[in-house]
Amino acid sequence: MFSFCTDPDTLSDLAWMACYLTTGKHLNFYYAFGTVLVLLAITAPTALAFGFAGASAARSRVLPLSLLGKGYIAIVRGVPDIAFFLFFVIALDQGLEYLKHQWVCPDWDQPIRQGNDFLVCQAAKVPLGTSPQWVHKTYSFFVAVFTFAIVFGAFAANVLYGAMRAVPRAQLETAEAYGMTHRQTFWRITVPQMWVYALPGLSNLWMVLIKSTPLLFLLGVEDIVYWARELGGTKTPRFTDYPHGDWRMWYFLVLLVFYLAFTRVSEVVLDRVMARLTLGQATTGGDAQRKAKA
Amino acid sequence: MSCTQTIMDYGLRSLGYGERLLPRTDFTLCQQFTLIGSGLIWNIYFGALALIAGFFLATALALGKGARPAWIRKPSEWFIFVFRGSPLFIQFFFAYFLFLSLKGVSPIFDPFSSAWLGALVVLFFNTAAYSAEIFHGALKSIPRGDVEAADAYGMSGWPRFRRIIWPTMLRLAWPGYTNEAIFLFHATTLVFFSGFPAQQQKGDALYYASYFADKTFNPFVPYPILAFYFVLLTLAITGIFGLINRRLNRHLPPEQRRKIRLRPNLIR
Amino acid sequence: MNKLILTTAALALTASMGMAQTVRMGTEGAYPPYNFLNDKGEVDGFERELGDELCKRAELTCEWVTTDWDGIIPNLVSGNYDTIIAGMSITAERDEVIDFTQNYIPPASSAYVGASADIDVATAVISAQAATIQAGHVAESGATLLEFATPEETVASVRNGEADAVFADKDYLVPIVEESGGALMFVGEDVQLGGGVGMGLRESDTELRDKFDAAIQSMKDDGTLNTLITKWFGEGAATF
Repeated sequence: MFSFCTDPDTLSDLAWMACYLTTGKHLNFYYAFGTVLVLLAITAPTALAFGFAGASAARSRVLPLSLLGKGYIAIVRGVPDIAFFLFFVIALDQGLEYLKHQWVCPDWDQPIRQGNDFLVCQAAKVPLGTSPQWVHKTYSFFVAVFTFAIVFGAFAANVLYGAMRAVPRAQLETAEAYGMTHRQTFWRITVPQMWVYALPGLSNLWMVLIKSTPLLFLLGVEDIVYWARELGGTKTPRFTDYPHGDWRMWYFLVLLVFYLAFTRVSEVVLDRVMARLTLGQATTGGDAQRKAKA
Repeated sequence: MSCTQTIMDYGLRSLGYGERLLPRTDFTLCQQFTLIGSGLIWNIYFGALALIAGFFLATALALGKGARPAWIRKPSEWFIFVFRGSPLFIQFFFAYFLFLSLKGVSPIFDPFSSAWLGALVVLFFNTAAYSAEIFHGALKSIPRGDVEAADAYGMSGWPRFRRIIWPTMLRLAWPGYTNEAIFLFHATTLVFFSGFPAQQQKGDALYYASYFADKTFNPFVPYPILAFYFVLLTLAITGIFGLINRRLNRHLPPEQRRKIRLRPNLIR
Repeated sequence: MNKLILTTAALALTASMGMAQTVRMGTEGAYPPYNFLNDKGEVDGFERELGDELCKRAELTCEWVTTDWDGIIPNLVSGNYDTIIAGMSITAERDEVIDFTQNYIPPASSAYVGASADIDVATAVISAQAATIQAGHVAESGATLLEFATPEETVASVRNGEADAVFADKDYLVPIVEESGGALMFVGEDVQLGGGVGMGLRESDTELRDKFDAAIQSMKDDGTLNTLITKWFGEGAATF
């Protein structure tokens, strides 16, 4: 990075550190923080959409649809996310390639499964074997987003399902009295009101989501924990210009601070929203607010 | 080899009984089901003990967080914040480092670097922090009328807590707490995956599942088996917690029971 | 719009049939000197240099991908990359599922490294990386096996006294023992495991395998492979 970094052996401690912390590998590490934040920013709304779809399906009066929704919630919530990540991504990838294969290579005459191998024509590869590296990275990033969204969508569906049922019955009766159809009642009465009830559950879910990002490496995304482990490990002088002992402790300490800070920020924001909702409620929490004001 | 024989040989393999060597060729479905099921013993062990022990610590922490004096409130707040705010993965890493260095201090700490105790301690603290937050939320949502009624009966201090506040808190917190229990059992799969070393190939369900995935080079059999076991486990947890929930709310008329269950703050 | 899609599809088809086929090389990036990430964050090491040379000789364009050791074979057979070049020993079990080129490193020794010389490797606590042939060997030997997820942790466990010795590829351990300043040493006898290190490919990919096979053969014939082995593994390493 810096011009004086050409021969690290001769540097003073401070300059050595400056050079060490700006190696290409470290830049990758810093870059990974961005990746994690972007992933969270995209995953959260996607998971919410999945959750909304799941909850609406589970509530549906059409039996197959309701079974599908309930099955999705029950099964995905029942499986540890880590186990899900270990085989789902490969399955998803193969499924995509299979569909694309049917579409772009209709006259392919060889079997797709040959023993253990999964073979589709070259043009059906997702992404194409010839694509540059960044396409592969972007692809695995979005596969990760999708997988996270499916897992957390199931939890969100559970929360929203409860929240939809928590909307007071009297509200729905009023809507019916006004002659609204089922669909109208759902979109105009239930959906706008349920968020109040869903917020605590959803904010908890957000906290859990933040903390599951170390599993990203299983999905082929090089995340901060991967780089921390890689950078912190003992380095012998033969393979690096910056040899050091086992520094994993310090790297993980940085991660700890990052996660705690991120949680804290989320907490403050969510607490503000919650405080507004508790205002005036006949609970001990609402009481405390009143007393504090008096 | 018949399946019963396999179950005899490997049913308790995760605890070190039975056949010493894991199967290495000609893997059968029966072997996979047996060994992964055997590993599940560890998941249940970690989950159940951490949950039970964590329950008591969580109650104390929740009260601590709600307490007036800062010397009680601050430590509880920080404990909850640190354990809720960091990934379990990182907690395992630091705990393992800490336990290793404590070994030098006194031989009392020797067993802590093994998973059966060290990981249990981490999971115990972790679930205590999460549950404490749920309980704390429930404490804040206790209907004012309940506390006023207790005051009217002249209750205060311990009797008021024991007979009014604590049961109501549990009732309110129960749905969220059920979810925490499910999350905790899922989290037990991280113990050998990225925390503590597995000794003599005695590991949990995920350890054996990845063993088979590695040996058969086919992830599509062992991981779904693992998923199957965990769906069953989750159903069992939901069932048991549902029974307790019914007992907690047994004095309420049926329609109100349902209402309590859907109280807003409590859905995780 | 429709036409546009068709053209891109056609382009993709011709590109994939063209001469310059891109071969994706899967490696772990955490096993020096075989493969590791250098200060720039790129794959480096013996296999990087070897792989690039092989690709040049076989007239292929190669790209490097890092992946977790646990998923390295499933990802290969499902087509996420085309070769495994990650210090993988050729074993009968692996050979049933994937194909190997001829070995580019002769059957190498695995060795025990401990903190003191008087360790009995048959009864001691031995650490090894989970899901390696070394872990399998220790499990059979009757010693107490301690499995870690990464090679780094297996060595760390000997330094901090959790394990009496670590069992791994000797080539991996040599630089570690040399740099330890006498704290770590080889103990017990070396053990021969596996049939050398080779490149792993899908069984259906015979054409690509033949190309790499020929390239490895040509490197063996003109002696460049031996030079490369000596460069990365030191004078004492076994050559062809």
